[in-house]
Amino acid sequence: MTDAISGALRRSLSLARPDDIYNAIVDAHRDLDDEQCRAFDARLILLLANHVGDEAVIREALVAARDPSRGGAE
Amino acid sequence: MSSYEYRRYPYRRPAELDGRSERRPVVIVGAGIAGPTLALALAARGLPVVLLDDDDSVSFGSRSICQARHSLETWDRFGVARRMVEKGITWEQGEVYLGDKPIYHFNLAPEPGHKFPAFVNLQQYYVEEYLYDRCLSEPLIECRFRNKVVGVRPGLQSVEVEVETPDGSYTLDAEWLVACDGVRSAVRHLLELPFPGEVFHDQFLIADIRFTSELPKERRFWFYPPFHPTNSVLLHRQADNVLRVDFQLGRDADPEEEKKPENVDRRLRQMFGPTASWEHEWTSVYTFTCRMMERFVQGRVIFAGDAAHVVSPFGARGGNAAVADVDNLAWKLARVLAGQSPPPLLDSYCNERRAAARENILNSTRSTDFITPKFPASRAFRDAALALARDFPFARALVNSGRLSVPTAQLGSPLDTPETDADWTGGPGPGRAMVDAPVGNGGDDFLVDRLGLGFTVLCFAERAGDLPALPAGVAGLMVAPPGAPLPGWTVLCDRDGLLRQRYDARPGTTYLIRPDRYVAARWRTPDGAALASALRRATATG
Ligand SMILES: Cc1cc2nc3c(=O)[nH]c(=O)nc-3n(C[C@H](O)[C@H](O)[C@H](O)COP(=O)(O)OP(=O)(O)OC[C@H]3O[C@@H](n4cnc5c(N)ncnc54)[C@H](O)[C@@H]3O)c2cc1C
Repeated sequence: MTDAISGALRRSLSLARPDDIYNAIVDAHRDLDDEQCRAFDARLILLLANHVGDEAVIREALVAARDPSRGGAE
Repeated sequence: MSSYEYRRYPYRRPAELDGRSERRPVVIVGAGIAGPTLALALAARGLPVVLLDDDDSVSFGSRSICQARHSLETWDRFGVARRMVEKGITWEQGEVYLGDKPIYHFNLAPEPGHKFPAFVNLQQYYVEEYLYDRCLSEPLIECRFRNKVVGVRPGLQSVEVEVETPDGSYTLDAEWLVACDGVRSAVRHLLELPFPGEVFHDQFLIADIRFTSELPKERRFWFYPPFHPTNSVLLHRQADNVLRVDFQLGRDADPEEEKKPENVDRRLRQMFGPTASWEHEWTSVYTFTCRMMERFVQGRVIFAGDAAHVVSPFGARGGNAAVADVDNLAWKLARVLAGQSPPPLLDSYCNERRAAARENILNSTRSTDFITPKFPASRAFRDAALALARDFPFARALVNSGRLSVPTAQLGSPLDTPETDADWTGGPGPGRAMVDAPVGNGGDDFLVDRLGLGFTVLCFAERAGDLPALPAGVAGLMVAPPGAPLPGWTVLCDRDGLLRQRYDARPGTTYLIRPDRYVAARWRTPDGAALASALRRATATG
């Protein structure tokens, strides 16, 4: 995996209603224990990764998620 | 216990024990899958071969059962593939289950028009038996059973091989020694060569059983089945109504306990229900490793098959890679021995087959990690892919129960001429295996039948005037409308248009195909000078 920050991953806001989506994601975990959370997140990540479909974006997101300080502000 | 009758092959007292000896061009150690295939490929090129094996029978146990199309195409050159297809079980479909529910179905051969199916399932002992029969009928091959290699002394121009027989020991003098002596290679040990790689600790139980009732032809793979709820199970059919059932046991199982017939029967009973009946063919508990030698050519000693590299069984890559190795090696060794190419041609065997082994190990390790996740998050993603697979088609592509063997790409080989035309949209580029297609007016004439033991030029020409000059010793196949034969060229008929499609052909498209059926170069416009130069490069004579 290259960990170059190629700039494929969007850093600015692209959600119309950020508070709603953020809380929807959190709420979806509310009644799950740790193991169920992990299973839920794994399914969610696979669904979204396939939808994104862009390998450069996904690889960059993997790097950024692992170490946000390397995300670099635009 | 087994319905297969293990024949004993005759031991004959070697002439060297009575003081007669001569230098042999090629000595092969090991009559498994790689050794006899190499012997046949060299004999077909007119070379005398000595084939040594420490045993006098075929593989004990069915071991490698999935024989892939590319291997069958190779064996067909020596007239043994038809027997294998007739005896074996042709299968192209598979089903993957989660619990007791099928989550998806796959078909490995979505397109017709190949001489051989994607896979034939046939036990390794039959594969070896048919190869031995053919070797024994070949005057250029001397099969020496119960001849065990116990010493190797490499020299600059030859190798001395010390061999033990029931009548005593003798020394063979070989120009080239090819070690096809399996994963525990004696030759590798004797030369103290390292075999680095990764060891896996999960255990698997193989129960090969003979069934009397009707059996499924497709491959079935279960994750968490009700009859083995914590792990995975693979079910696969073989010749003689034999089923392979492969239970994942985990790390902590006790192999001796698991192998006991009553314990195996208890598992099988849960799987097949109260009325089924079977007899045991072969039972084995295995773990596996993924390893690869750093160099497959060490002076005058060459390693092939499991002796050079080894993978997990997921994907049927062990036996099939062994065949591809010797396919790659045979024509090069024959050219070097005939003085047609310099010995460095053999370095490309190492480059190309190490690239293939790396790809096999990568694929096999990924399958292994999917089937036996090594850490909790890995298991979580595996289970996520399984949970999504039934209703979300994309997730089926993530489910990895073994990526089944297809010819590996050998990209970046020094023998290949890089492409210069930018407009290819398909077809095999340099470093990729040729693909078969029908080439006759009837239904049973295929491109694989038309490829000889040398290089072949495949040219899609509209007019005879478009054909490039054929370099000496190269066979020419032209795809043209019927009725335009040219001296030196054989006309192929592309009745269904599949050949054009599979080779992304336009008028003028030209391929140079190597003796091992890999593409060395291709062009949009035929050009005799470019062809001759690509041929020099592919034979290391440039
Ligand atoms: C339990 C098990 C299950 C397997 N399942 C599969 C599968 O499903 N699919 C798959 O593709 N592969 C499978 N394999 C792997 C497959 O069997 C090997 O990849 C294949 O046999 C390799 O062929 P080979 O010719 O390199 O070596 P081998 O077939 O191992 O042949 C080596 C030969 O060398 C001989 N020899 C060894 N030492 C000496 C000596 N000192 N002197 C003379 N002769 C010697 C041996 O007797 C043997 O005949 C399995 C293997 C095992 C053990």
